Amino acid sequence: MPWTRDDMAKRAAQELEDGMYVNLGIGIPTLVANYIPDGVEVTLQSENGMLGMGPFPYEGEEDADLINAGKQTITELPHTAFFDSSMSFAMIRGGKINMAILGAMEVAENGDIANWMIPGKLVKGMGGAMDLVAGVKRIVVITDHTSKAGEPKLIKECTLPLTGKGVVNRIITDLGVFDVVEGGLEIKEIAPDVTRDEIYEKTAAKIIN
Amino acid sequence: MSKIYKDAAAALDGVLFDGMTIAAGGFGLCGIPELSIAAIREAGTKDLTIYSNNAGVDGFGLGVLLESKQVKKMGSSYVGENKEFMRQYLGGELELEFNPQGTLAERMRAGGAGIAGFYTKTGYGTVIAEGKDVKEFNGEKYILEEGIFADLAIVKAWKADTTGNAIFRKTARNFNEPAAMCGKICVMEVEEIVEPGELDPNHIHLPGVFVHRLVQGQHEKRIEQRTVRKKETA
Repeated sequence: MPWTRDDMAKRAAQELEDGMYVNLGIGIPTLVANYIPDGVEVTLQSENGMLGMGPFPYEGEEDADLINAGKQTITELPHTAFFDSSMSFAMIRGGKINMAILGAMEVAENGDIANWMIPGKLVKGMGGAMDLVAGVKRIVVITDHTSKAGEPKLIKECTLPLTGKGVVNRIITDLGVFDVVEGGLEIKEIAPDVTRDEIYEKTAAKIIN
Repeated sequence: MSKIYKDAAAALDGVLFDGMTIAAGGFGLCGIPELSIAAIREAGTKDLTIYSNNAGVDGFGLGVLLESKQVKKMGSSYVGENKEFMRQYLGGELELEFNPQGTLAERMRAGGAGIAGFYTKTGYGTVIAEGKDVKEFNGEKYILEEGIFADLAIVKAWKADTTGNAIFRKTARNFNEPAAMCGKICVMEVEEIVEPGELDPNHIHLPGVFVHRLVQGQHEKRIEQRTVRKKETA
């Protein structure tokens, strides 16, 4: 069985180390917060201006002044800090955030990532994604291995407009875990009951092992 | 000289002109200058260039200025929640300049700090870098981004004293600080104006030197995505 969305989030949570400052993207990456391992304390950054993001509020306790980057109502924690947007991206661009876990439409074998725009379709904007991939020390991508149409998402060269060049370190898909290394992608783990041949078949990027 | 005006229309009187550039605070609908937006709609100022992280939603926030076709160009990082925006943009009625979110914030801060341009890694190798100067520092490539110098900043804070020293509340701070800095004139709306001394000087977020006109008023503070969890029952 390939990994489910929750399995992928659970696997991504294993990337987290005690003391890290982490930014989680919208979608599956948000689920990672549900699986932070015991004994690991991480501080979640929300790029609209907050370190120490808490869970959703109880019904009736929503505060319009307290939202995350997905514009969802959230809560603060005892160690929360608030700041303005230029300060927020100072810590992102300045390399103070240890890890970002993001979704992607395409990842290339050299670590290029495209996750903000499909030409000819509705253009919504890159938000903070370009700043995150450019500034955060370690970029982990969570994505389905193939698109809904069955096309590989790990490819030789991105066809969509890039979010960043050569920035991705690790990719977690429903089929396994892959590192961007010299010469292409390296298989680090394979999901249960998935074969190496299935991965080769569904990947257009060069796999070195 | 008093900075306090009776309402947003009075605060914006004599400041607005067709074709002007405005920097607006807010992230999504959080911390947006609702009162100034309504007053600009009422004033009917046209051909606006607005730098704001988002473009509001249909019928609220900057969305109301899009509806009335007062906006010529938006400089934003994300405009996904607005059908009227998309309609005008796809119909060629509206110009759009995408800015990565951190670049937009820093362009505002830089403009306000008297910095004409800065080099950032963000966007290198992407469409954002097209036409921009690229320079290598310590083996890494950076692109040149320019500071924003706006004719007017419209921002919202939580409380300010009568001299404009302001504090923000939680994540409603967002773009309000850098936007306030980059306006030739800054109109700030707050939930409460207090006397000098009532705010702890150690805790001022934005010094009053950046704030020229102050308005106190009621804010709707609409929530865009209401997400909650259930209380565990024992």
